[in-house]
Amino acid sequence: MSIKPDIRIQAEDFDIKAEIEKLTQGRTDIGAVVTFSGLCRGEGDTLSALELEHYPGMAEAEITRIAEQAMKRFGLLGMTAIHRYGKIKPSENIVLVIATSPHRQASFDGANFLMDFLKTRAPFWKKNHLVDGDDGGWVDAKDADDNALGKWEK
Amino acid sequence: MTIKLVYFAWLRERFGMGEEQVDLPESVKSISDLFDWFETRGEEFEAVMEHRKIIQVAIDQEHVQDSGTLIGDAKEIAIFPPMTGG
Repeated sequence: MSIKPDIRIQAEDFDIKAEIEKLTQGRTDIGAVVTFSGLCRGEGDTLSALELEHYPGMAEAEITRIAEQAMKRFGLLGMTAIHRYGKIKPSENIVLVIATSPHRQASFDGANFLMDFLKTRAPFWKKNHLVDGDDGGWVDAKDADDNALGKWEK
Repeated sequence: MTIKLVYFAWLRERFGMGEEQVDLPESVKSISDLFDWFETRGEEFEAVMEHRKIIQVAIDQEHVQDSGTLIGDAKEIAIFPPMTGG
């Protein structure tokens, strides 16, 4: 039984179906799979791309720390998280989270927990590139993301 | 003490470099001391340090919340704005 989360930071896109199969193949103990994927928005067709910068090494380490907490706290059977870096165009994938568990609530909570902490603790930064060629500047961190952590306080 | 400093996002752009090796002055013991020292390193550093309340730090790739944290024998200190991944 795999207990270690599978965390990958990569430039390439990911295949959601293949990633689900990796976690579930041959397993008869999994009753629930929750996937979350985050996509690049076009912001009303003003954005040509997001550029994602990351801190190599720490990005993997930090998401692994969060995923290990999630697996323990919610009793997950498996967890995968893939975060892309580089230039990503509107409608393309940015991030994938998959959680598996015997029953659905743990997987919903685990995926939600991982995303909430990833947003504020995983060392990634987004820069806007605009359709009109302008430098759209760096994306500001949102208070709402910080506030989202409150619901996980025990 | 020689240490590697790494910068990300708009800090990297303002400093015009992603990383540097520096000899820290003896007086720099904590993150707060490091920021005080930054303020003496010229215009760009001073400008970035105006945001020191929101700037975040990782020592050897782990987040540090308290600016009083001692640098000790750290090999790498990363300095960056609030994160916006996901």
